[in-house]
Amino acid sequence: MKATKTRIYFTACLLFILAFSLTSESVFAENEQHELDTTKHAETGFNPGDFVMHHVSDAFEWHIATFGETHISIPLPIILYSGNSGWHFFWSSKFHHGEVVYKNFEIAHQGENSGKIVELDEHGEVVGLPVDLSITKTVAGVIFSVILLLWIFLSVAKSAKRNANQAPKGLQNLIEPIILFLRDEVAKPAIGEKKYEKFMPFLLSLFFFILVNNFMGLIPIFPFGANVTGNIAVTMALALFTFVVTTINGNKHYWKEIYNPDVPWWLKFPIPLMPIVELSGVITKPFVLMVRLFANMMAGHLIVMVFISLIFIFANLMGPAAGAAISPVSVAFSVFILMLDLLVSFIQAYVFTLLSALYFGMATSEHH
Amino acid sequence: MLSTILTVILQAAAGAGIGKMGAALGAGIAAIGAGMGIGRIGASAMEAIARQPEASGDIRSNLIVSAALIEGVAFFAVIICALVLFV
Repeated sequence: MKATKTRIYFTACLLFILAFSLTSESVFAENEQHELDTTKHAETGFNPGDFVMHHVSDAFEWHIATFGETHISIPLPIILYSGNSGWHFFWSSKFHHGEVVYKNFEIAHQGENSGKIVELDEHGEVVGLPVDLSITKTVAGVIFSVILLLWIFLSVAKSAKRNANQAPKGLQNLIEPIILFLRDEVAKPAIGEKKYEKFMPFLLSLFFFILVNNFMGLIPIFPFGANVTGNIAVTMALALFTFVVTTINGNKHYWKEIYNPDVPWWLKFPIPLMPIVELSGVITKPFVLMVRLFANMMAGHLIVMVFISLIFIFANLMGPAAGAAISPVSVAFSVFILMLDLLVSFIQAYVFTLLSALYFGMATSEHH
Repeated sequence: MLSTILTVILQAAAGAGIGKMGAALGAGIAAIGAGMGIGRIGASAMEAIARQPEASGDIRSNLIVSAALIEGVAFFAVIICALVLFV
């Protein structure tokens, strides 16, 4: 029992550190420059590619609105470590939306480092990239959703303990059937009656984290609206958790199936074909988990942004009247896609959790 | 003679963005594949529900799971095409 607890704490600390170091790199997971888009380059009016990408990617500040030339945005902390000048902590407002050079750092706008913070020397030449541990929009979104989750579940746990033998009411009545559904329809069939309890905390956390972040990405008002699960670094961290938990809990039978499966000898000996295929399966399964969640969420947000930008494209092409005429259609389609995205949020959270449970079941299954 | 023709064609094609067209075509074909696959799942789910209406809850969950898995593969192809277009 003590060995398991130590294992759990060690794994949790390792993954926490990994998750934060991965998510703060998420700025360049999404920011792409459209240098090839030569037709749009000539337009000084509206650039749909940039507009869409800006709204679905990560950023160093939380942008709320823009009125003409004034931007209203909430600055976020920037934490840099540079080999030359040590640690730096400052608010992202010092960059003035990416136009100013501050303390030899600036946000690069072109070239291979576009979107990232680069360090300059006295002459303004790029000298390298500092270690960037900034709290970006995605990280702030994660922190906010974690606070929300903690608040919801701590109050549900408290009321469950208080109403131990009575029918649940209120928030507990909303959360408890979902937890029971995950236990009875996802964990128990996939992992088995004897071993499912060990994985329940992880599966529940996974499901509710993905669900709450998916929902938060759909609400455009301030503290919600950060595209957390549509960021490949976040989904990579989640898939990495599943991978690490599967690997740590793999029993002897699991590894035997990978390295020494029950197949004819000539598939294993002189060239280990089956072990290579099985090993690539071990890597591919979490990878596909990551891509599935990322692509579903990103696609939903992209489609909504494209419909909205249709309004501006039409306004640019044929005058503001055309833009106003297309707005009801655009908004109606966007609402429809957002409804679909609600359904997809549930489905993706459920599928991620179900597949993780299936992998845990395979890792801990006995020989039959 | 042939090689000069081919070089000229290659230069014209590179300028015209054949790569982008390939990526767009790929995304379209991935969409066709996903549509066909999920259509077949939906069809067999309908038939199964018609044969045994009591099992419609179970069938519905299995339908959704299979559709999500197939969509995952289709999205994988779409991501590759998007990478080609924008990176």
